[in-house]
Amino acid sequence: MNEGSKKTIRLLCFSVLGMFTFSFALVPLYDVFCEVTGLNGKIELEATTNQNLETEIGRDVSIQFVSHNNEQMPWIFRPSESQIKIQTGKYHTATFYVKNPTNKRMIAQAIPSVAPSNAASHLKKLECFCFEEQELAPGEEALLPVRLIFDDELPDSIKSVVLSYTIFDVTDYNDLEMTDHHDGHEMEASL
Amino acid sequence: MFKKVTTTVNKGLAAIFLSIFTSPSFAAWSDLNMTQGVTAISKEVFGLHMLIFWICVAIGIVVFGVMFYSMFAFTKKKNPNASTFHENTSLELAWTIVPFLILVLMAVPASNTLTKIYDDTEGDINIQVIGYQWKWEYRYLEDNIGFFSNLTTDLDEIYNKTPKGEHYLEEVDEAVVIPVGKKIRFLITANDVIHSWWMPDFAIKQDAIPGFINTAWTIVDKPGTYRGKCTELCGKNHGFMPVVVKVVPQDEYDLWVTGKKEAALKMAELTEKTWSAEELVQRGEGIYQKNCVACHQSNGAGIAGIFPALAGSDIVLNNKARHLEILMEGVQGAAMASYANQLSEVDMAAVITYTRRSWGNAENGDGEIVVPTDIVEYKKPKV
Amino acid sequence: MSAVIETHDHDDHHHGPAEGLTRWLYTTNHKDIGTLYLWFSFAMFLIGGAMAMVIRAELFQPGMQIVEPEFYNQMLTLHGLIMVFGAVMPAFVGLANWLIPMMVGAPDMALPRMNNLSFWILPVAFFILLSSLFMEGGAPNFGWTFYAPLSTTYAPPSVTFFIFSVHIMGASSIMGSINVIVTIMNMRAPGMTLMKMPLFVWSWLITAYLLIAVMPVLAGAVTMMLMDIHFGTSFFNAAGGGDPVLFQHIFWFFGHPEVYIMILPAFGITSHIIETFSRKQLFGHTSMVWAMTSIAILSFVVWAHHMFTVGLPLAAELFFMWATMLIAVPTGVKVFNWVTTMFKGSITYETPMLFAIAFVVLFTIGGFSGLMLAITPADFQYHDTYFVVAHFHYVLVPGAIFSIMAAVYYWIPKWTGNMYDERLGRLHFWLSFTGVNVTFFPQHWIGLAGMPRRVPDYALQFADWNMVSSVGAFLFGASQILFLFIVIKTVMGGKKATPEVWEGARGLEWTVDSPAPYHTFSTPPKVS
Repeated sequence: MNEGSKKTIRLLCFSVLGMFTFSFALVPLYDVFCEVTGLNGKIELEATTNQNLETEIGRDVSIQFVSHNNEQMPWIFRPSESQIKIQTGKYHTATFYVKNPTNKRMIAQAIPSVAPSNAASHLKKLECFCFEEQELAPGEEALLPVRLIFDDELPDSIKSVVLSYTIFDVTDYNDLEMTDHHDGHEMEASL
Repeated sequence: MFKKVTTTVNKGLAAIFLSIFTSPSFAAWSDLNMTQGVTAISKEVFGLHMLIFWICVAIGIVVFGVMFYSMFAFTKKKNPNASTFHENTSLELAWTIVPFLILVLMAVPASNTLTKIYDDTEGDINIQVIGYQWKWEYRYLEDNIGFFSNLTTDLDEIYNKTPKGEHYLEEVDEAVVIPVGKKIRFLITANDVIHSWWMPDFAIKQDAIPGFINTAWTIVDKPGTYRGKCTELCGKNHGFMPVVVKVVPQDEYDLWVTGKKEAALKMAELTEKTWSAEELVQRGEGIYQKNCVACHQSNGAGIAGIFPALAGSDIVLNNKARHLEILMEGVQGAAMASYANQLSEVDMAAVITYTRRSWGNAENGDGEIVVPTDIVEYKKPKV
Repeated sequence: MSAVIETHDHDDHHHGPAEGLTRWLYTTNHKDIGTLYLWFSFAMFLIGGAMAMVIRAELFQPGMQIVEPEFYNQMLTLHGLIMVFGAVMPAFVGLANWLIPMMVGAPDMALPRMNNLSFWILPVAFFILLSSLFMEGGAPNFGWTFYAPLSTTYAPPSVTFFIFSVHIMGASSIMGSINVIVTIMNMRAPGMTLMKMPLFVWSWLITAYLLIAVMPVLAGAVTMMLMDIHFGTSFFNAAGGGDPVLFQHIFWFFGHPEVYIMILPAFGITSHIIETFSRKQLFGHTSMVWAMTSIAILSFVVWAHHMFTVGLPLAAELFFMWATMLIAVPTGVKVFNWVTTMFKGSITYETPMLFAIAFVVLFTIGGFSGLMLAITPADFQYHDTYFVVAHFHYVLVPGAIFSIMAAVYYWIPKWTGNMYDERLGRLHFWLSFTGVNVTFFPQHWIGLAGMPRRVPDYALQFADWNMVSSVGAFLFGASQILFLFIVIKTVMGGKKATPEVWEGARGLEWTVDSPAPYHTFSTPPKVS
């Protein structure tokens, strides 16, 4: 076959590999995109290092705290206050009550979500129980804090924000001895 | 030959089309058309729908008109010598630019309406909506009321054993109740897979995504009962988890809230009282019909190989502790969910007792019943 | 051209096809491989169609009569997968194989042995997919769009075989596309510039580039699924920091170009047929090329119009709304060009022309519903309802499928040397035309009235039109048995076809005998 054909084939094969790699690159790209723009209400799962968020004169924003347990997660999980009014540019600490009512040690991961999604990039947290997995012994209860602030670039049109936490049972993912539970969890039929 | 349509005020356009095409002469088509709904937004959405529809009809008439004309006027018989023209740049430019302008004409009111929908400020009432396989849970955040909403259509109707009721597949045990004229905010998420909450009469549809929250809002002008559906494939019973919203005058809503709060208090009282087996079985039957028949069937026989039978089951007959554990914790690796968060202590005790006492189980097994305080005990920490 | 081919010209052992069944197993001849693809796709069309019959039978009346909801979900999933990946795409590849070398004056495709492999892995892939029906837990039941976490955490065990099967189909498409591009770019006869190339070839050149770009992304998506299911990753699992919506972005980044992959060759076919039967050169050849190119490029930036209800920010929703509406412009240009070709032409209505005209009208109707869907606030009422089902079935059935049928009627005299039975062909057309409209037009109404997609049962107000739709589906389904009969009858014999076959047909394929010799253009033709 002629040189031209061989060149085309080489180019196309590289393109195929390139696009396959691109699809995997979409994963971190999507995360970065979401964090920078606040798309999809995703917020950083780590503490902010920005020291200059506090301002003297902020404006009122109301926050609605919402909680949910994913699947069969049996913990009691609720915000101490379901709605508060705070000021932009000032830190506020909110707490969530959790209790493990079962007779087994359990580990949970809380995942936050913000609506409207364009508020997400303006919400920064110094401390949050969602940064780490939370372990509770049988019957143990706790008051988990989140220390947050809205920077003063929060768009004026946003007067109310919903901060939702969903807790997931991640006990099995942590316990290497419980591998058969791991498979069982994954192969749960949709029937 | 080419009409240039100039853009008018967004609202004006939608209003014009809306008023023309919702006149009585078009009412006959209402069965075949989208609902106009009962909110300002839903009416704007309907107007947009009709605007785009009629523009498409107009374009279709022109294009198909030329085509059908050609099909009849230029058959080989009538026109044995075809013309030879095969390009015309100004014509092509024209029919690129004019459609583009028509699209702009459509995009302006559409963008306007969308911006309004996204205008998400505080609501008077905030309701968390959670999609489950296969039901909805609603939590009113201000008043701390919560309940599940299950399809109540009988399996017998679905399997053609009895005639279908008027609201077949569109009826639930507990509807969402909201007051007229107040801004209601829905905070939508899911418990397991992706679901979607759709209220056509409010023009609201938002996906319910596990781990994430989506918002929607509405202000309803007109009292009534409005029915919607789950609109994202979510497993076996995706077609069997409807949405029902009752819009009522403010005073009726206040009464309902009070009633719900009292019911919660009463439930606490019920949990403490002493129950007889017969009372529990009677209450449990209703719970069973609502929550368990889809898999375990009305006769407790289950479906061989897929859903275990409860009639004659060893656990149901002889192992009250394990029976309780299954209902409270679910079964890992199987479809049996935990019902601890979905059933009150009274209802949980009732349904377990019902299954232990039905289908011959009372005679064949230990006949032990479960009372609400058993459930309260189970929930206490065991250190 | 290659020295090897010229030598074979003088050797006797390559004059005709091999004997026996192994001919088909080992063939590297583009005509044989085209035939294999076409028969395979017809078989898949009938299997996928049978599943559609199960679906419409269950939806004939409210209530559950025929199947259980779990099995129904398996039917709708497999129906979609088989029609998209087993019927439409392989049919277009079969047409590409048969026609592209002849249309550009090349002796065969650039990589004949890879061509054989591209085909033969398809039956393997679909055997795996179909056998999942008999696996424990049943076949995939999460829709052909397989959103996570329904398709990951909550999937039946067969999901792993589904992923394997998709990888194989993807490999087949990618290899096929490499072959198409290399052939078109490097093996055209001297004098055939790109702009002298027939439009079917153009449509496939563009389609092949789209496939190269997006099939690997689909492979990425299913690989991520595999990793989430078996290797503890959390691409799409919120608990681990992942996001189910990410799946949708990756899937539709593939999925939207995919639907243009399924229609661009149809555009090419339609241009050929309308030109021939209007006995008039196609209007606006150059702009047809530009239109297809614009559609292909735009197809990369509209994917999220499948996701208007997931909670995208306003800016994103507006962008995707406008970009999606924009695609109507080049598509409209194509429709206007076809109509203008017919205007002042000299038209006859043989079966290929009937299908091509129906394509233009009915695809345009599908395009109109697509434009309605693009309007985001209105889409909140249409999304995931039967309005969408109506839209995509209009563009795919009287769209893509009709164009494939048109192509078969148009080129089968060239492939077999026999004319098909014109009366039977017209009967097939009218039955299909009626069937398709009775099936899918009412679905617009039931969608608007509030019936969701992917449900085995529905509320009573949707009953009447569902029954009508099902009757239409049974009619359409039955008519395809007639089509099977017509094709077999034509292969076995019929009025002998001339090389030109159709008065007014243009292109290199009409300069060779009918049936086309096993090897054509061993010496490249001169193109003026």
